[in-house]
Amino acid sequence: MFRRLPEIETATQAVSFTIDGRPASARAGDSVAAALLANGVTACRTTPVSGAARGPYCMMGVCFDCLVTIDGTGNRQGCQVRVAPGMAVETQNGKREVER
Amino acid sequence: MSAPNPKFDFDIAVVGSGPAGLAAAALAASKGASVVLLDEQAEPGGQIYRAVTETPVRDRKVLGPDYWHGAELLGPLRDSGAAHWPGAVVWSVARPREDAADGHRPIQIGLSRNGSAAMLTVRHVILATGALERPFPIPGWTLPGVLGAGAAQVLLKTSGLVPSGATVMAGSGPLLWLLAWQYLQAGARIDAILDTTPKENWRAALPLLPGFLRSPYLGKGMKLMLEVRRKLTVIGNVTALRAEGAIGGDSALKSVVYTRNGAEHRLPADTLLLHHGVIPNLNLANATGCAQRWDEQQRCWRPTTDEWGATSVEGVSLAGDGAGIGGARAAEEAGRLAALDALHRLGRIGREQRDKAAVPFRAALDRALTGRAFLDTLYTPAEAFRAPADDTIVCRCEEITAGAVREAVRLGCSGPNQAKSFLRCGMGPCQGRLCGPTVTEVIAAERGVSPAEVGYYRLRPPVKPITLAELAALPKTDADIDAVFKH
Repeated sequence: MFRRLPEIETATQAVSFTIDGRPASARAGDSVAAALLANGVTACRTTPVSGAARGPYCMMGVCFDCLVTIDGTGNRQGCQVRVAPGMAVETQNGKREVER
Repeated sequence: MSAPNPKFDFDIAVVGSGPAGLAAAALAASKGASVVLLDEQAEPGGQIYRAVTETPVRDRKVLGPDYWHGAELLGPLRDSGAAHWPGAVVWSVARPREDAADGHRPIQIGLSRNGSAAMLTVRHVILATGALERPFPIPGWTLPGVLGAGAAQVLLKTSGLVPSGATVMAGSGPLLWLLAWQYLQAGARIDAILDTTPKENWRAALPLLPGFLRSPYLGKGMKLMLEVRRKLTVIGNVTALRAEGAIGGDSALKSVVYTRNGAEHRLPADTLLLHHGVIPNLNLANATGCAQRWDEQQRCWRPTTDEWGATSVEGVSLAGDGAGIGGARAAEEAGRLAALDALHRLGRIGREQRDKAAVPFRAALDRALTGRAFLDTLYTPAEAFRAPADDTIVCRCEEITAGAVREAVRLGCSGPNQAKSFLRCGMGPCQGRLCGPTVTEVIAAERGVSPAEVGYYRLRPPVKPITLAELAALPKTDADIDAVFKH
């Protein structure tokens, strides 16, 4: 669980996006992975091997545990993509699906 | 590509815009070379100076003066005229097998930017790919709620996010103490720090203490650590760790179990931040074919370089932590040295000019590295964490345990490349970044030989995943098309 330092709320702009269709709010400059954690979503996918839940681990693009579906495209690295207004972020089950 | 495109043609490409890359690109471009600085992040700074141009954490005392030093590297880059391409993911660096018609053999760089791939042609490349956190495999480290301390620091720098709820930090090394100190400044909650530094490391490190005492950074580090120890609960001599979810569930972290003096203790935890030092991020150098060696003191693989950062591959050099861990200040100076040597190799400056210009940078590099041996030795992770117990997942992508790797060794598997075909470990999307060092250590321990003998994954481009559509959209020559359609 993560919280925003109080000063940040006034220092940055709010960004509205959705997580699995639910409205959510982040701050400009957040990566998708940071935005998920800021919204209390610590698990963002399940693994293709055992179905275990996973969440962001390295935040620098090396572990590939924060894979999510962004605007319909699966297997995006959440920590390497900035959250944008209106973005549709979906948690991901198992492996990437055809057409996504 | 059929015709050279000046937009994709440079004297020097620098990969990575941390301290080494920023300094290298600025110096090379200021001497008149055409330089492109490629970086996968949206803003310069690398991980150490991550978000230094735009962090929402405006109170300078939170991240500390060493962080803000990063901003001083940006002016020289801007003034130098180097092209800076943020959001550029480099997935291949290669020298064609044959010389071009003009007798030259330029280096080709495959990169992906804004969803489309491109090939760059350069005469020299400086890889400044930095470091990543050493994998810290413990049972339960794959649970949501368990993150690297470096990851948590990225969340602080980029987004002003700090842990809420019960928070435990565990491990060893300077970054763990720095993050704890930054959290103190920010008023974040930390319930406990579990220090896994082995007691016996002190005995090995003490003879190196005189060198460390000459380090210009000693005072700062000590002050910071003492403040953390005074204000927070620090539990030392931790010899085993595991993260646990709810009973019967694996959905999120609930508690951290640690062993001290042979007894197990349990702490409730919503967030566990692990750290075990950093190691070179060598995937790109390895895939480029650069020779590497096992460094016993830093217990990691590092590409082999000369005093200028030149690798075994002509026209490819390395600067900064990607060539061996020395820290941010050392990386900066190594970047400048690599840039001078690149300028020399390109015929822009003579040997004497290079050597003369290098004198102050080399002196600064030596200063920055003073005391490093002490830190390396003191913070060498315990073997129980480098080669963990059988039930611990080592390959997070393919969910392969240490026990499975040991079993493969008993069946005749002698090294990490064979382990791939036995088990698939190292073949998931992270391409061995999170399991490679552990797989090497587990196999070495099981065989009773040095990791140097066991070897490391042989990596191949693309070193970052790209889509087939991106590859297919690359410009093709007539010869490329003929090769597919006429045979």
